[in-house]
Amino acid sequence: MAKLTSKLIVAAALVATAGCAKKRPEVLPPAPGETVAPTDGAGTGAQTGTGVVPGSREDFQQSVASDTVNFALDSYDIDPQARSILDSQAAWLQRYPNVRVTIEGHADERGTREYNLALGDRRANAASNYLAARGVSAARITTISYGKERPLALGSDESSYAKNRRAVTVVLQ
Amino acid sequence: MRIPLSRLATLALASLSFGLAAAPAHAQVEVDIEGGISDPMPIAVPVMPTPSDVGTAAGQTSALGRQLAEVVANDLKNSGLFTPRGPQGVAAVPFAQAAAPDFGYWAGTQAQALVQGFVRANGDGTLTVGCYLYDVFARTELTRQGFVVTPAEWRRAAHKCADTVYTRLSGEGPYFDSRIVYVSETGPKGKRIKRLAIMDQDGANHRFLTNGQSIVLTPRFAPNQQSIVYMSYQNERPAIYVYDIGSGRQRLLVRNASLTFAPRFSPDGRWVIFSMAQASNTDIYRVSASGGTPQRLTNSPGIDTGGSYSPDGSKIVFESDRSGTQQLYVMNADGSNQQRISFGSGRYATPAWSPRGDLIAFTRQGGGSFRIGVMSPSGGGEKLLSDAWGDEGPSWSPNGRVLTFFRASQGGAGKADVWSVDLTGQNVRRIPTPLDGSDPSWGPLRP
Repeated sequence: MAKLTSKLIVAAALVATAGCAKKRPEVLPPAPGETVAPTDGAGTGAQTGTGVVPGSREDFQQSVASDTVNFALDSYDIDPQARSILDSQAAWLQRYPNVRVTIEGHADERGTREYNLALGDRRANAASNYLAARGVSAARITTISYGKERPLALGSDESSYAKNRRAVTVVLQ
Repeated sequence: MRIPLSRLATLALASLSFGLAAAPAHAQVEVDIEGGISDPMPIAVPVMPTPSDVGTAAGQTSALGRQLAEVVANDLKNSGLFTPRGPQGVAAVPFAQAAAPDFGYWAGTQAQALVQGFVRANGDGTLTVGCYLYDVFARTELTRQGFVVTPAEWRRAAHKCADTVYTRLSGEGPYFDSRIVYVSETGPKGKRIKRLAIMDQDGANHRFLTNGQSIVLTPRFAPNQQSIVYMSYQNERPAIYVYDIGSGRQRLLVRNASLTFAPRFSPDGRWVIFSMAQASNTDIYRVSASGGTPQRLTNSPGIDTGGSYSPDGSKIVFESDRSGTQQLYVMNADGSNQQRISFGSGRYATPAWSPRGDLIAFTRQGGGSFRIGVMSPSGGGEKLLSDAWGDEGPSWSPNGRVLTFFRASQGGAGKADVWSVDLTGQNVRRIPTPLDGSDPSWGPLRP
């Protein structure tokens, strides 16, 4: 059913995901409300002076280059800047294999509502596929598209649109 | 006025024959449809008298007679084809004159046509509303109709009367007795609260259907008007639901691990077409209106969405970016024979097939704006009807002559409202809603 697009990154990610899925044991999500314990705190500054719990959403925010990658107009290509951000996310996620994330895909307001839902889905998938290609089990990642329903920047100008064309990785707690 | 009393009892809203045939069709008064508002017809709409002023669940019949005339006049004015005179500022009509107008007086108002009527409370608690249309200069009756309604539905009798007048004078089908479902919006732009809401086409009888806890999008009426198919983010899992208007219950229609959206009923109500996104590719599927396993209809790399059936159910128009940008395509209802129909500059999205079958409405993006337009199902005769920064998502009136859509405004305080435009493109107006609004869907004519 699923069709591969011509985008090389997507194709590569799918192959990588399939390979990983066979090798990796099933990772159980943390119980609701439970604080995720770090499985490998060594060398990562397990308890920082600020009281951030390793493996937590806060830790993620402080540890990665950004929780958000941005996209060009009507595009879901992962550009070099997005790649380095997602690399930092992948590295953190590999450190905490019990942590699950959801990736929210968004579009700017200069697209029609339904098209933007599909476009937001493409962006969330592109980020998800990239993380999977970097060894994060696809079973740990869910995606959701908000289309143009949840803009980050509220202006109707190019700089706001650029901020709103995004995929945001959110640690589930 | 000889109304057959035997027929008053059963139906909530019954159309009664008054016995007299309408005047011959070569009447002198005719509305110029193509001309739009350039030459709207003056039409007098006096207060409808009552044979005896009695209290009803909807108020005194004398007050209802005024309100009925106001609703009729408002409908006719909103069509863009008429300039009503009255009920304010024209003479009151004695009950005895309802079917025997003082043509001399009305000729003096410059009105070319005259709508008279009456309202009467019946012994069983219903109301009878009479509706008469006259040619003032020819001094002839053009048509008459009677309606029996519950007091709660008195506005429907007025809409039916306005539909009778509009249909007789314009030759177009009726559309005033219909409803619109839409998404009511409020709150800051970055976190809008969205609720399903339903209202009459003139904005009256407004009612919220959902509480706003979840984002809801793109509601569309079932052809039988009993239910609405829409998309909801309930439990942060976007999926397609069906809302039953009578019971207020919602049921999940389609949920998949993949995103499902853009639902619309088939004209016979048996199917719902929708879009599903998988691995960055979105295709159109159909599922039985009662649920079950979806069948895939399109299978092309790209985003195929916004499906809308032709009125006979044999074809589907949809948008696809398979060529690189959003364009309109028509295919057979089984997905075969997909043909591109839009070739202009810019992007074409959100197609909606007219209930008359003759036109496809769309959103055209280009030059920094979103505009509403129409083209023939083969792609010819494109005409843009609106010109604003953010007009999107047209939906047809039951007679295929008017479109409702939403108009978004720019900036951090930007919001959206529900608007309508007719095929002349001249009659653009906002439909009043209590809050902001988007994604309007015009329902069929009520029975």
